[in-house]
Amino acid sequence: MNRLSAENVTLAYDQRVIAEQLSVEIPDNSFTVIVGPNACGKSTLLRALSRMLKPSQGRVLLDGQVIQSMPAKKVARTLGLLPQSSIAPDGITVADLVGRGRYPHQGLLRQWSSEDERVVRESMAQTGVAELADRYVDELSGGQRQRVWIAMALAQQTPLLLLDEPTTYLDIQHQIDVLDLCAELHEEQGRTLVAVLHDLNHAARYATHLIALRGGEVIAQGAPNDIVTAELVEQVFGLRCQVIDDPETGTPLVVPAARTARAGGRAQSAKVAATAAS
Amino acid sequence: MKSAEKSAGKSAARGTARALRTPGGLSVRVDVRAATVVVLLLVAALAASVLLIGTGDFPIAAGDVLKTLLGGGDAGQQFIVNELRLPRVLVGLLVGASLGLGGALFQAISRNPLGSPDILGLGQGATAGALVVIVLFSGSASEVTMGALVGGLVTGLSIYVLAWKRGVHGYRLVLVGIGISAIVTAVNGYLMTKADLVDASRALVWMTGSLSGRDWAQVWPLVALCAVLVPLVLANARGLRMMEMGDDISHALGVRVERVRMLLMVSAVLLTAAATAAAGPVSFVALTAPQLARRLTRSPGPNLLPSLCMGAALLVTADWVSQRLFGADQLPVGVVTGVVGGVYLLWLLVSERRAGRI
Repeated sequence: MNRLSAENVTLAYDQRVIAEQLSVEIPDNSFTVIVGPNACGKSTLLRALSRMLKPSQGRVLLDGQVIQSMPAKKVARTLGLLPQSSIAPDGITVADLVGRGRYPHQGLLRQWSSEDERVVRESMAQTGVAELADRYVDELSGGQRQRVWIAMALAQQTPLLLLDEPTTYLDIQHQIDVLDLCAELHEEQGRTLVAVLHDLNHAARYATHLIALRGGEVIAQGAPNDIVTAELVEQVFGLRCQVIDDPETGTPLVVPAARTARAGGRAQSAKVAATAAS
Repeated sequence: MKSAEKSAGKSAARGTARALRTPGGLSVRVDVRAATVVVLLLVAALAASVLLIGTGDFPIAAGDVLKTLLGGGDAGQQFIVNELRLPRVLVGLLVGASLGLGGALFQAISRNPLGSPDILGLGQGATAGALVVIVLFSGSASEVTMGALVGGLVTGLSIYVLAWKRGVHGYRLVLVGIGISAIVTAVNGYLMTKADLVDASRALVWMTGSLSGRDWAQVWPLVALCAVLVPLVLANARGLRMMEMGDDISHALGVRVERVRMLLMVSAVLLTAAATAAAGPVSFVALTAPQLARRLTRSPGPNLLPSLCMGAALLVTADWVSQRLFGADQLPVGVVTGVVGGVYLLWLLVSERRAGRI
């Protein structure tokens, strides 16, 4: 029994249904990455797993309990989420922002324990922002800022950490930087990570467990080496490609077919897409 | 000089929060700078109150005011201080404090300095309630107060209902508020055209926001309301701090966002409506107090307690200024706060524009 799972959930915003009867298990101690084309429901699934969105049917279970029925702070001590967009308050320092991650461990009479202080220091050290502690968040670069937000999520000390597109808007070196950090958190601290990523190659390189979504349905899941094939990419993304071994890591590397080659196969891929959608 | 500046800058950058801990594992976090600001503002508000009590047709020296407040003084002084002027000053302090706190709550919830009750039309809503009572029913003072309270609450409720869509969002709240404010202003204009001369001048004084003639009957309801709402609001301040960063992340941190927001909005509407019912729509205190407080504390977060103290200090000072410059009861306090606050609003708009926020 895994700690976090969704059972037959129907996810909808008002009347717009994103996914129906979707079931997903997040393997414990995995670095799970959810991939899929735009509007396939991957962020929506992440929102449901982190109880931001209440499923209209079905249930999300955390440690065997329906997540909505659990006390808010208890969930926040087990499962952390780094949303896509957060606002750094005006004039807040890095240390103060990271300190806010301690909220679920605090109370009216336990506002700032020495434990809080220690965890904040550690989280900043792990994410390499310790020397920025006294700087204002506004003056940091995008890459540094993302590290600070991750540090805040770490300060929450949750065994499960969900990240919604943590690499968006970052330069390539900062993208790799953030993903390396995630891999470290997963390998060295044994945290279960779930991330939504856009870049299939990043997903294949870093994930231990991959979930491929299309139109609100799980098309495939498993270790990237087992499931990433040219057929799967075509089925999920409607893109003709080759899958070769990554010369650096041996993980699958998706190379899109040349424009001329794709032009010939467009009719076929459209057909595949149609069957996948229906 | 230069090194002093540098070290001041550094300590500001570090934040001045200190943790006080007991061996039993209890801990309280105190922002030293914010706490200092609160104390200084309280002293300022009380000093202005003493001066204000001493001001009027029968001036009383500050020393005598203090003596009388502590039970001394002759019978005449006791009557003037305790019966005539003290209630007025207390209403001023409480109204200022409620407006400061209500404004800070609204600005924090809407994440926008413009999301304050002045702009959202709560004042106009309360005015409409009061005008209905004055013009249509020629009601008594206490009925006018009730009318204003109901008007403010109804306006607050309609703003919430109209702006509510999967949570209230900043600009949506401000825009809906501006719309409501325009509608209510039109209604108020219509009511004024219906009024006869006596009612109209009574309404006009009320609409400017005035503290004159306030007695103990206005003090006690405000004291009771503040005694309930201020602790309730402060107990939820930590959740509100988290909500500055966005709904998603506060959810993730375990804040029950909708519940906290609903509770704080209702409190803010009650505080503002009660303040308006007691003194009329004293303009711009709710807008300026939180902004000034934030600039003094230089600390992120809603700055609730500093805003409350700033509101009280501002209002009493404005009342004292208007009495000193124009004579007792010549000029309603709302005129002074309106002029000062209007200038401040312009400055705020210009600086927000420069910072690229609007």
